[in-house]
Amino acid sequence: MLGAAMLEQTVQIVANERDRNLYFRLVMRAPQIAPLVQPGQFAHLRIPPLKAALLRRPFSIFQVEDDTFSILYKTVGQGTEVLSRMRAGEELSAIGPLGHGFTTPRAGGETPLLVAGGYGMAAMFLLAQRSPQNGIVFVGGRRREDILCEDEFRALGWEVRATTEDGSYGEKGLVTQPLLAEIQNPKSKIRNYKLFACGPTPMLKAVGALAAEFDVPAELSMDEHMCCGVGVCLTCVIPVKSGDGWKYQRTCTEGPVFDARQIVWEGIR
Amino acid sequence: MATNQGGRACAVWFGGDALNLSVQLGKLTLQNPVTVASGTFGYGVEYAQLLDLNQLGAVTVKGIRLHPVRGNPTPRTAEVTSGLLNAIGLQGPGVDGFIQKYWPFLKGLRVPTIINIWGTTVEEYAEVARRFDALGGVGALELNVSCPNIKEGGAQFGTDCHLLAQVVAACRRATALPLITKLSPNVVSIAPYAKAAEDAGSDALAITNSYPAMAIDIETRRPRLANVTGGLTGPCIKPIAIKLVWEAAKAVKIPIIGMGGVQTAADAIEFMMAGATAVAVGTANFYEPQTALTVIAGLRAFMERNQIQDVSELVGSVQTPGRKSAPATANRPAKSPVENPPAGGYVGPQ
Ligand SMILES: Cc1cc2nc3c(=O)[nH]c(=O)nc-3n(C[C@H](O)[C@H](O)[C@H](O)COP(=O)(O)OP(=O)(O)OC[C@H]3O[C@@H](n4cnc5c(N)ncnc54)[C@H](O)[C@@H]3O)c2cc1C
Ligand SMILES: Cc1cc2nc3c(=O)[nH]c(=O)nc-3n(C[C@H](O)[C@H](O)[C@H](O)COP(=O)(O)O)c2cc1C
Ligand code: FES
Repeated sequence: MLGAAMLEQTVQIVANERDRNLYFRLVMRAPQIAPLVQPGQFAHLRIPPLKAALLRRPFSIFQVEDDTFSILYKTVGQGTEVLSRMRAGEELSAIGPLGHGFTTPRAGGETPLLVAGGYGMAAMFLLAQRSPQNGIVFVGGRRREDILCEDEFRALGWEVRATTEDGSYGEKGLVTQPLLAEIQNPKSKIRNYKLFACGPTPMLKAVGALAAEFDVPAELSMDEHMCCGVGVCLTCVIPVKSGDGWKYQRTCTEGPVFDARQIVWEGIR
Repeated sequence: MATNQGGRACAVWFGGDALNLSVQLGKLTLQNPVTVASGTFGYGVEYAQLLDLNQLGAVTVKGIRLHPVRGNPTPRTAEVTSGLLNAIGLQGPGVDGFIQKYWPFLKGLRVPTIINIWGTTVEEYAEVARRFDALGGVGALELNVSCPNIKEGGAQFGTDCHLLAQVVAACRRATALPLITKLSPNVVSIAPYAKAAEDAGSDALAITNSYPAMAIDIETRRPRLANVTGGLTGPCIKPIAIKLVWEAAKAVKIPIIGMGGVQTAADAIEFMMAGATAVAVGTANFYEPQTALTVIAGLRAFMERNQIQDVSELVGSVQTPGRKSAPATANRPAKSPVENPPAGGYVGPQ
């Protein structure tokens, strides 16, 4: 009955530095949470300087190292702005690791093809790191500065193919274009593959459509607004198939990662 | 071991172990006056890894009707200044789903479970009450007659005194379990509703549910909730809830569970001074799951600091003008509303 292990912990900031532009990397000492993290899980952070904004903010866990974990975040509003001004030594409250993450590929199994948009890259790093076989990461963004942590993936020995909508870096266009090209490439060495994706909802929808068209398995990490993060408030639901109909499931608990075939896209904003 | 026990027995009256935090809601005894608010604590099990549920006064679960409920489209919540707006739409597994999925866990707890129930007709309320009566082991039923997010259920019963009385009376006939009626804040005066629930056989009141409210995204010009309007909760509603509890406490003899923005022991004490016998922590669970436990610890510390032996001494102890001193062990204010009119005049039962 009890879900996967999670806990609340006061974590100390080890580093909180600008990655580029609006993106920051926050490293926290969290000896209890760090060892439990699975790829695709998230942490729910309470940002103490926020007073009138009550809720915690959810962030995918980017990297885990010894007794620390880190997140890669973009400043988009009051919580992330305030967070970006916090300094090493200051403390936050974290609940984690939360959610049902990606299925780590089996040795000798399908080749993982990762599809990421923006900070979606952060959610996929652990998956790449813990995968027994290397694959390809397709990363897309609006501009050059939205293409994050490529070097880390390359350092793992993964191939990275970047696209930008304005053509300022990599191939010009949408991330699904090179993905489609790879799937359709008759000369590709990859026989058996599986898609994993994290990014904006329209991107996930496009990946889901490709997976359905070519009948390949795909796991998608859905980005829904959250409140409690632990399954009690029923804020974060998305419609998933159930028998002949559909039902709501919680992104924070049954997700954020869902099998693409389960998602009822007509019901998603 | 024996020495330790002997030491405890000899503790001075205001020492930790001699404090009495237990309270009565009808025939239901709570080990302390702090529970959690329905809909903010799931079915308890979700929080079991984050706090010791057996330390609570009671666990109160999300609203349940006879059949499963899918709930509203998203977005279902929106953060607002010092508060939260929600229109979940009472998503839930129905009576059978609840009993199958959640009851085995809840009945194993050492603290009572308060089951929040609702229906779209008087008969449905009574049927749900009967089902939980038959289940055995339930601590109390909380009748939600005040959800602002469901058209055909909830709020209509909470804003019509006659319907309210019918719902409570029907549930009273259906079960001997303690009944807590959860009132709507969306009324001109709460006193007649409180009285109607008491007269129809309710053992206690829960005050308050959320306030009907709305927020707009100015970039998209769309409401921030898919349901357009929702219920406002959290610290921003506390002063309004305190007033409602104070007014209701003067109108009835049955105990009140006060709620609305409780984050600290000070908030809980304020509710108790206004007339609440117990309090519930709601929205605060979402950002700080340990809140109920820190409230209990803070309450204990306040009692020690002020040499209060029995937590009931706090209940209704606010000193409003015209009142000479706090009652020593009052369970509610000594004076009736008519003898002690609030500033601005008492709006009597209509
Ligand atoms: C599972 C999950 C993983 C995430 N991982 C990352 C990550 O790795 N890096 C990153 O930069 N961001 C991530 N996000 C998005 C991040 O949570 C939001 O950007 C952040 O909550 C914004 O807070 P704010 O106070 O700055 O913005 P505001 O707009 O002021 O926030 C107002 C409210 O809306 C919510 N909100 C706003 N945007 C989002 C969003 N996109 N998703 C969910 N809730 C939102 C906030 O939590 C808050 O409750 C993730 C979201 C989810 C659900
Ligand atoms: C997300 C959410 C869901 C709720 N669901 C219910 C419910 O199912 N039944 C009910 O009686 N009250 C429900 N409530 C109301 C709370 O139980 C409580 O009355 C209210 O939130 C005020 O307390 P607070 O300010 O501490 O949250 C809900 C509140 C919230 C925020
Ligand atoms: S955020 Fe509360 S249930 Fe998912």
